[in-house]
Amino acid sequence: MSQKPQAEKRQAAIQTRRSPLAALLVRDLRIGRRIGGAVSMGVVFFLCLVTVTPFAVGPDQALLARIGPAILWIAALLATLLGLDRLFQADAEDGSLDLFLMSETPLELIVVVKCLGHWLLTGLPLVAASPIFGLMLGLEPAALARVTASLLAGTPALTLLGAVGAALTVSLRRGGLLLAVLILPLSVPVLIFGVAAAGDPVVGFKTPFLILCGLTLAAVALTPFAAAAALRHAGD
Amino acid sequence: MQIEASALSVERGGRVIFAGLGFGLRAGEALLVKGPNGAGKSTLLRALAGLLPLASGDIRITPATEARLDHDDFGSIRSKIMNVIDFKGLERDSGEKPGSTFSPPALAELCHYIGHADALKPALTLAENLAFYAALLGGGEIAAALARLGLAGIADLPAAYLSAGQKRRAALARLVAVARPIWLLDEPLTALDTMSQTIVGELMREHLEMGGLIVAATHAPLPIAARDLVLGRPL
Repeated sequence: MSQKPQAEKRQAAIQTRRSPLAALLVRDLRIGRRIGGAVSMGVVFFLCLVTVTPFAVGPDQALLARIGPAILWIAALLATLLGLDRLFQADAEDGSLDLFLMSETPLELIVVVKCLGHWLLTGLPLVAASPIFGLMLGLEPAALARVTASLLAGTPALTLLGAVGAALTVSLRRGGLLLAVLILPLSVPVLIFGVAAAGDPVVGFKTPFLILCGLTLAAVALTPFAAAAALRHAGD
Repeated sequence: MQIEASALSVERGGRVIFAGLGFGLRAGEALLVKGPNGAGKSTLLRALAGLLPLASGDIRITPATEARLDHDDFGSIRSKIMNVIDFKGLERDSGEKPGSTFSPPALAELCHYIGHADALKPALTLAENLAFYAALLGGGEIAAALARLGLAGIADLPAAYLSAGQKRRAALARLVAVARPIWLLDEPLTALDTMSQTIVGELMREHLEMGGLIVAATHAPLPIAARDLVLGRPL
């Protein structure tokens, strides 16, 4: 007899229940904000790379303006990959990953949401900082817009590719460098079309930019499966 | 609901941890997994939770049928557990053919796993940690769960500042916050003070009374009536 009110209560609980994926995103953003450094360190590293290059290349304004988009892209690539090694490792170490595996939510979706959270914390600040850093390299206003747009379209692909590396190296103590070694070759297409969209005067903006968007969409579609498969076998 | 595990074996790194292990557990029963260090207690629990692949053997879950529910003294209380199973669609899928095997993911979704790691994020408060797991694992009331484990007063404290016993209690609060029929507990009483041990004992007894199942790996005696599964010395 007492089954009915209980069932109703349960129904209510389900309706008011927050979506697991929204909860995960909120959790990751909150952790990133509280721990601090996640946002600022990526941008500072980006800034370091951008400021160091003119010292290596020499104070040739015209040369810097020409290779500026490439510098910004390489800096973004390295800043993204080097920050990714803890993406799943922290969760694996403290046991959260076990609970992800035991929830009804597919691990692939959890991977996507974790990547989204990571990109919002590290990728988006890079994109936002790139016009200012481009200015430091003497880029034209039009080139600044192209670099920023290409980074906005391309950095999610870098984060997602890096997530596969992060999942593969999840049980390694110092997996950061291995992650970069594994993933840098895979990120070459993104880099080629990103730099082309950012500053190639011959091919123009539209074609490489659309291919870059395509690469990002392909990464959204494919990498979560690879990363989830790697995470499932991380315990073996 | 009933678990039947037969001929389980798990290998790790090419070494057989245990082989040919089997047990049956019915609603309201508890199983204590005992044995020396390295005998494979934690491995068994992780394998049951679907976190480690089985080298061989299978685990069957038979949902209780309506007829059996009527015979049961705890029928009404037990509906809570049954609702969980029904909610997950298992009852509907297999109502016609009791004894059908569930794939490990479905089994994992029926289980609570309390492992050695407490799965708490140091940067988040206790309440935030628990609210996240409640959302992830299937929803529930977290305030009551925190109060039950005596954590209500420190719910707003970041988990980084908690003692080992408080962290353990926070992990155990998941059991109360989210209703799942099978509890897999790995050394549940580690670092707990006497009062908390009593509370956890009460929780386990209530869970069994509601028709839940418990598999616990432990060296310390648990305050519940349970059968023992003693694992041998490591090979």
